[in-house]
Amino acid sequence: MAETQTYRTKFGSLSDYRKGSVEIISGSPKHYVFSNLFEVASKSKPYEKVVVGKNLEYVIEAIRAEGASPWMTCAHDEFAVCMDGEVRIDFVKLDTSPPARDGTQPVAGEPKGRKMGNVTLKRGHQALLPAGSAYRFTANKTGVLMQQTVLGEMSVQKWSDICFK
Amino acid sequence: MSASGFAADKVAAGPADATTGYKSFKLGKFDFSRDEYFVTIKWPAKGETRSHVLPADAFLRALMRDVAWGFFYGWVNFDHVFGTQNHYGKVDVYAGSFNGVLKEAGVDYKEQFETPVIMATFKAMLHDWTNEGFDPFAAPAETGTAFGCKHGSNGAAIERTRIATRRMPGLQDDSPLRDDLPVNRAFADVPQDEPVVNVEPGFEGQLHAFNLFKYLSRSDVTWNPSVTSVCRASLFCPTTEEYILPVFHGNDRVEWFVQMSDEIVWDVADKNTGAPRARVTMRPGDVAAMPADIRHQGYSTKRSMLLVWENVTPDLPKRYARGELKPYPVEF
Repeated sequence: MAETQTYRTKFGSLSDYRKGSVEIISGSPKHYVFSNLFEVASKSKPYEKVVVGKNLEYVIEAIRAEGASPWMTCAHDEFAVCMDGEVRIDFVKLDTSPPARDGTQPVAGEPKGRKMGNVTLKRGHQALLPAGSAYRFTANKTGVLMQQTVLGEMSVQKWSDICFK
Repeated sequence: MSASGFAADKVAAGPADATTGYKSFKLGKFDFSRDEYFVTIKWPAKGETRSHVLPADAFLRALMRDVAWGFFYGWVNFDHVFGTQNHYGKVDVYAGSFNGVLKEAGVDYKEQFETPVIMATFKAMLHDWTNEGFDPFAAPAETGTAFGCKHGSNGAAIERTRIATRRMPGLQDDSPLRDDLPVNRAFADVPQDEPVVNVEPGFEGQLHAFNLFKYLSRSDVTWNPSVTSVCRASLFCPTTEEYILPVFHGNDRVEWFVQMSDEIVWDVADKNTGAPRARVTMRPGDVAAMPADIRHQGYSTKRSMLLVWENVTPDLPKRYARGELKPYPVEF
């Protein structure tokens, strides 16, 4: 029977998402810190790095990809997964390593260094943002990125605005 | 993960039963046996022998995860009575200890074992009790029956190991992609295209991207996370889920879920007593924390993609246990 059935895989997008729910028996909905990446991105500024998951110093950020982002860098590896749309990432190997701080850091102006190349992500694609490189996202159509990183100076926390209470 | 592996000489197995063909096993004061349909576990309490019965298929699915995950993070409840707690080097086996009613009645029992001893015993049980045609990692619709008298074995299915990734699959000297595996029947509509990667001369091997959804669509197991990115002690461990998570996982730290496709419903209960606390429904794009003081079990009708996010910072279980860290990850 399994071989004859046709399945439709349901992914989310900015234009088509339906948030789940928390049915409480005891405790508070806040305990589950429940949000939705697409809903968060739909209300964010372009490239605002909104924290949707936090495990001590580690975070997951929801990012609205729209137009070109500022150049950013990081002292440790980060990862980006495209959850909606198409996003190009340009990379530059910085002549000077970024300060050994946690999380994403802004690059002032144009990055100084050699071009490493570029990666273009569609939905479901994941890219390495290697430590010590500068990177810039570009999306011709609004999309959504999910970034794995560490809480940093560019991270934005607004839990009351995004979570079930 | 062979039945004749490390500490195999410590396994206490009885002879094969004349009727069913299955061996029975002893682990400390626990007795384990199976018949055509059920696994029976016995332990001492209040001067008597107590017993508990689980369906053989459910027991083997839970046992498979416990072995493959190396007893995982925290508690692996096979059901509302029996399970294991990982102390990372030693493992508690318990019956009733985390069931509010049985614990209060004093009919619970817990015994601690060196990890190699319990691992060897559980592997031997898996090898003896898994019949030909039954894959404990597979969705029920994709495998044969666990029931009946002993008929053959399925070593290939139960000897899969968790894939270790150092940074990201597909990088040189890192874990492989899954291009050689077929797309699962439930993900036949998932695009299989790869990201475009243009690398300037001199930077070969430094830029990397892959199709994570394609990778997941080719997973041949259910409820078995694999690491796909490593940011220091932050691990993305996506997995594909169908039917029921075979264990009620009790957290010894905060864990997070991101629903990447389709839908999973989670039953959440108190970690110590099993009392129900919430039902959480997650749809694509949903992000939710599983606090450090709960146990959870998920249900997925359509095979779905779930990102499990773990923090493997050393000593986290002790910091949560002594109250240094709150069970909830964010206050707002």
